[in-house]
Amino acid sequence: MNSNPTSMASSAMPNHYRQPLLQTPFHNRARALSQHDSFVAWAGYTTVDVFTTPEQEYFSVRNATGVFDLTPMVKYRVVGAGAAAYLNHLVTRDVSKLKLHRVMYVVWCNDDGHIIDDGTIFRLGEDEYWLCTAERQIDWLLDAAIGYDVEIAEVTAEVAALAVQGPTSCWVLKQFGLVGVELLKPFELGYFNANGIEIMASRTGFTGDLGYEIWMAPEDAETVWDRLMEVGRTRGIRAIGSQALNALRIEAGFLMPHYDFISSESTIRLGRDRSPLELGFDWLIDFKKGHFNGRRALMAEQASGVKRRLVGLDIAGNKAAHSALLYSDKAGQNEVGNVTSAMWSPTCKRNIALAIVNAPHFAMGATVWAEIYLNRELVWERRMVQAKVVEKPFFAPERRRVTPPADR
Amino acid sequence: MATVNGKSDKYDAIVVGAGHNGLVAACYMQRAGLNVLVLERNDYIGGAAVSRSLYPEFTYSNCSYVCSLLRPEIMRELELPKFGLQIIPYEGGCTMMQDGNHLALYDNHDALRREISRHSKRDAEAYDRYARDVMRQCKFIKPLLLREPPDPTSFKPRDIQELLYIGKRFHGMGEARMYDTIRFWTMSAADFLDEYFESEIVKAHFAGSSIIGTALGPRSPGTAYVLLHHYMGDIDDTVGAWGFARGGMGAVSNSLGASFQASGGTIRSAAPVKQVLVRNERAVGVMLDNGEEIYGSTVMSNLDVKRTFLETMQAKDLPAEFVTQVQKFKIRGSSGKLNIALDGLPTFTAIPKDSPCIRGDLHITDSLDMMERAYDDWKAGRWSQAPYVDMLLPSQIDPTMAPNGKHYMSVFVQYCPYKLADGPWTPEKRKAFGDTVIDAIARQSPDFKSLILHAEIRTPWDIEREVGLSEGNIFQGELTMDQLLFNRPIPGYAQYRAPVKGMYMCGSSTHPGGGVMGAPGHNAARALLRDLKKVA
Amino acid sequence: MAANSNLKTNYDCIIIGAGHNGLICAAYLAKAGKQVLVVEAAADIGGAAATHEFVPNFKVSSAHLLHLMPQSLISELGLEKHGLRLAAQELASTALSADGKHLNLSASGVAAQSPADAASYPVFMARMRRLAGSLSTLFGATAPRLGTTAWSDRFAFLKLGWQIRRLGKKDMRELLRIIGMNVYDLLEDEIHSPALKGALAFDATLGANLGPRAPGTVLTWLYRLTHESANGGKGLSQVVGGMGGLTAALANAARGFGAQIETHSPVARVLVANDRVSGIALQSGHTVVAPIVISSADPKTTFLKLLGPEHLDTGFVRKVHHSRARGVVAKLHLALNKLPSFTGLAPDALSGRLVISPTLDYLERAFDQPKYGAYSPAPAMEITIPTVNDPSLAPAGQHVLSAIIECAPRDLRQGWENAREAYLTELLAQLETYAPGLKDSIVGSELMTPVDIETRYGNQGGHWHHTELAFDQFYFVRPVPGAAQYSTPVSGLYLCGAGAHPGGGVAGVVGRLAAQAVLAKAG
Repeated sequence: MNSNPTSMASSAMPNHYRQPLLQTPFHNRARALSQHDSFVAWAGYTTVDVFTTPEQEYFSVRNATGVFDLTPMVKYRVVGAGAAAYLNHLVTRDVSKLKLHRVMYVVWCNDDGHIIDDGTIFRLGEDEYWLCTAERQIDWLLDAAIGYDVEIAEVTAEVAALAVQGPTSCWVLKQFGLVGVELLKPFELGYFNANGIEIMASRTGFTGDLGYEIWMAPEDAETVWDRLMEVGRTRGIRAIGSQALNALRIEAGFLMPHYDFISSESTIRLGRDRSPLELGFDWLIDFKKGHFNGRRALMAEQASGVKRRLVGLDIAGNKAAHSALLYSDKAGQNEVGNVTSAMWSPTCKRNIALAIVNAPHFAMGATVWAEIYLNRELVWERRMVQAKVVEKPFFAPERRRVTPPADR
Repeated sequence: MATVNGKSDKYDAIVVGAGHNGLVAACYMQRAGLNVLVLERNDYIGGAAVSRSLYPEFTYSNCSYVCSLLRPEIMRELELPKFGLQIIPYEGGCTMMQDGNHLALYDNHDALRREISRHSKRDAEAYDRYARDVMRQCKFIKPLLLREPPDPTSFKPRDIQELLYIGKRFHGMGEARMYDTIRFWTMSAADFLDEYFESEIVKAHFAGSSIIGTALGPRSPGTAYVLLHHYMGDIDDTVGAWGFARGGMGAVSNSLGASFQASGGTIRSAAPVKQVLVRNERAVGVMLDNGEEIYGSTVMSNLDVKRTFLETMQAKDLPAEFVTQVQKFKIRGSSGKLNIALDGLPTFTAIPKDSPCIRGDLHITDSLDMMERAYDDWKAGRWSQAPYVDMLLPSQIDPTMAPNGKHYMSVFVQYCPYKLADGPWTPEKRKAFGDTVIDAIARQSPDFKSLILHAEIRTPWDIEREVGLSEGNIFQGELTMDQLLFNRPIPGYAQYRAPVKGMYMCGSSTHPGGGVMGAPGHNAARALLRDLKKVA
Repeated sequence: MAANSNLKTNYDCIIIGAGHNGLICAAYLAKAGKQVLVVEAAADIGGAAATHEFVPNFKVSSAHLLHLMPQSLISELGLEKHGLRLAAQELASTALSADGKHLNLSASGVAAQSPADAASYPVFMARMRRLAGSLSTLFGATAPRLGTTAWSDRFAFLKLGWQIRRLGKKDMRELLRIIGMNVYDLLEDEIHSPALKGALAFDATLGANLGPRAPGTVLTWLYRLTHESANGGKGLSQVVGGMGGLTAALANAARGFGAQIETHSPVARVLVANDRVSGIALQSGHTVVAPIVISSADPKTTFLKLLGPEHLDTGFVRKVHHSRARGVVAKLHLALNKLPSFTGLAPDALSGRLVISPTLDYLERAFDQPKYGAYSPAPAMEITIPTVNDPSLAPAGQHVLSAIIECAPRDLRQGWENAREAYLTELLAQLETYAPGLKDSIVGSELMTPVDIETRYGNQGGHWHHTELAFDQFYFVRPVPGAAQYSTPVSGLYLCGAGAHPGGGVAGVVGRLAAQAVLAKAG
């Protein structure tokens, strides 16, 4: 473990009070395409919320190719003889099963077995990994490294990244010059040289569709963006913003920190954090692999049964149930949970939601009532709408798994 | 004016001292239907929450200087905004280092993270954990501020009920956080900060509030609580709880005074109380310095416990053991204050020219060691040779404080002893103390000295003499474990009632302690009103 | 290397470390019928409570006075039967003064020198002892857990509350006031004589990394007084043969109950299988199987070295990592060719304890230095000349001087390797001012800095209490939450060292309580 002060001393006079948010290497390109000047803060960077309309951007991913600037996603490089053991102790899944050039979706917990964050681990070399996370957390990661032969450093700013997602994404990347990218299986990564530009590509994403994430040096970012847009133009390529991405991930049943759960490292009130069992991540926990953070607490929770669970809901009507409280009865007497993410799914034509529901109302097929408020030209109406606990994901096309993928 | 003895002129309550707590208590009692008189020694009200004009066209908040802790409930219930109180937030803050570097605090989370990252990337991210843990503790303590501390030795239903209330809240935190709380209340600020941060400057910056007003160093156990005590104002969703009172801290007292008078209360300033009158083991009124006697059914003292019981009351009227305990109560002068009129805004070499952090609280220190050494000086009976300063330039934000283009600077200094090892304070020593502070600032600000139009230098001795706070202690008593909660001010007498019937205490000597919080006044008024069966 | 051929492959309990706590724990468990193995890294048993030869034919023990061990423990283990003999008891304490006007700390001694304290000092001390007595449950029983619904925890609180309430309103209020106070203010309030204040504050801060002005130093004093109140009225006593005489008796007792003690057997790892302890691996390569392992090593060594963070959660590891153990006590041993003579001191006082802590401010200033990584040039000391009571420790007519030196930080900024010589010179010079001629009578010496103490005894930080004894590391949070009831997050692993509740010194309470915890859980 590196115990030296982790300062990134800069000799230049700081200017972050003038411009608190950083710009990604794609910023100039994104700004040029952004019709609304609609930017949002994400992990210390300013990124586009909406380029044209969320609907157009959403459909580009479900029908053609959408490009999303992934650079702000926090990345840690974990390297050393103890890296695998370290990661295996950190997360709930068995990282020792992660083969070279593979990617694994993981969650990790505090001592209470409550989720700190979710993310992905990339195995780049024998003893070299990336840990991609939603939140910055070097403090926790370094304390978790006490006793391990491992070095951990944030490399977010050293890498530019784009998500290239949608049915034509493989075709676009082939045209772009990633020779053999079609051979990548889901959660596999590969190294490519696209006409002189070094690119790492992984078949990963946050849309539930066929898609890739490509990783490059920041200085190549603008060239890559320009060439991608150029080769993809005839196949409907579009830059997409975070609003569209949010819709895509809800359909795919992916959870978003701050919406579907809050990191146990940042909750103030007792009982506001969630365990992986509550979030339906039972399949991510490997109790047999040996000790990992939170294991004892999770064993106890599993033995006593979870008190609540995050489930998918299919809600009557077509009005999105944003933040709706859930009841077991239509009269709204017995509160049993609340919606965490909701939308009308344009692809599934269903009114879908992710929700935290108390036992026993989270059982598959159970019925609950959602209290939805509708703004009808400034007159608010309250509706009690029936909702059914259903399987996630709501949308899972076969093409996301097929290797090699079709061109369209 | 009630100057004649007689039943018709007898007050229901006489409050001794028009400090903010005395006024808060007076307001609540008057609003509950009592006929209340407030007596103030000085010819202005406010005690240590005052705005003084000591240099033409400038206004000084010459004692307390920020409004961070005043309970929002009190502001609302006493309608203080209606009577002129307006609180304006200030921005950020900064600690300047001797090597020309600095650590700025910005309200913007991303700017703050990047600023702390300049010193330690790890600390920048540990800051969130730190802020979370402080917030968790604040959430636990906040509801205790406006409650009467229970007597743990008592079997009275009310005490047991209150003990159970605290126990229940404590229990509600869950086992792990209960342990955190116990540790938090007992650790030193240095050890507490060590559990989060690695960078000396980051630790030093956050340790500042752990020593302000306190005769302890950052390495003394118990100072983590003091750190928290200063944070408590900043905790709820009531935006604007932390900031400047527009017009200086006197605006707090003046709005309280106006609220009190509007509800029919009477204030007499320049009316120093010499003695609390006790007849038949009951407080019946007060005698002024000029011999005038004023009668009331109850007397409430806003003075600290030492002044209340050792100076305005006679030992024969009090239990001997109580007097001994009052003598043991620790009230220590450890802070000085400079109020400076400046011809313009000083430049600080460490702070980037356009950084907004200059509109916040400014400090000069490098490390916990430097702050601890400043404390060592105090222990040895001298003012700190490298003092810890808490500077503010309110006139950047509040246009009422100084003429256009000129600035008022408040400099709070830690540490400065009440008693010097080499004999009593003299005007020469006061000037030397001021020079030490001014020189320390001038090392960071080359144009500072040339901008000084006027400087008021206040040692703890001056503060005692002018404001009446024993030893010049701003909290009316140290905030150490032996003087908190049911121990404050005296074990067995933590419920605002003195050992003499009809006599009450409402100063910062009582729970929950100092700072311009108003909670002691609020709680004391409720205790009195409860005794009179005016409230439940 | 180890004579590990004696080892069986299987035990009920293995105890790591044959210091006094490890041996006591072993004796109680063996007495309860457990098959117990004690493994000790060093060549001899005793840990910091051993007697060693520091100069040929001159012997000394690092812990030089016995005063904290409960009489009940000595009786329960039959230590007297097993060879425990006291060379002297109820030793007098003398506060040394540079001007030769030394103060005997007995009531009569104080009355003679400080008439103002004559009446109040005995009253004050009686009250302090009364208050300390009410804390026997606090210091003598397992800390309850907070926030549980277990009746045992609730009962423990009720018992503690009842004991304190039994003091009566007045004493209870006083206890609740002073328990969080600093000893400086308490003594300023109660005592007149500066020398007496200095000496009493020395007792309160002995072994701690806190000066007398630090809140919490009344607690450390109460720790001492509570323990002393249970020692059967022996006061300060000296064991024949040094403290090694006590640990030898403990070892005899443990063996008598059937425990096996192996020296030369440093432990490499605590073994874990299926998330519970399965035994230990010795550095020799030997593996010994046992479902229960009890470590008398300090918490950092136990959790981070012997067990390993991989078996623990990060939040817990973080707490262990941050637990404070910054030793500030050095030990000086002098072999003397004659009995030293202290200016102005009656020779019979040499059989007792001599304290150099002339005033509160002297002591406070001494403690200022370690804060900045420096040693105090004017340290506080506790001196004994054990050979006065026990001539067996040195050749006939010759003597040993044993001094505890306060305010020598483990993490000395300039490094002990560079400072050792200068430090020794300064210490001897200081002693010389009190005992002229001492220097010329020295035939050999040993200076143990906290680094040496750490190296010799293996306690990380070289701290007297393993883990600093302060409110934030006390009772239900000692050494850290989650390991405060001797059991640890890993089933079968227990703590029995000074880092656990109530703390260090040759008291043995931890060893006894840990054994009780093991028996309560394992039956």
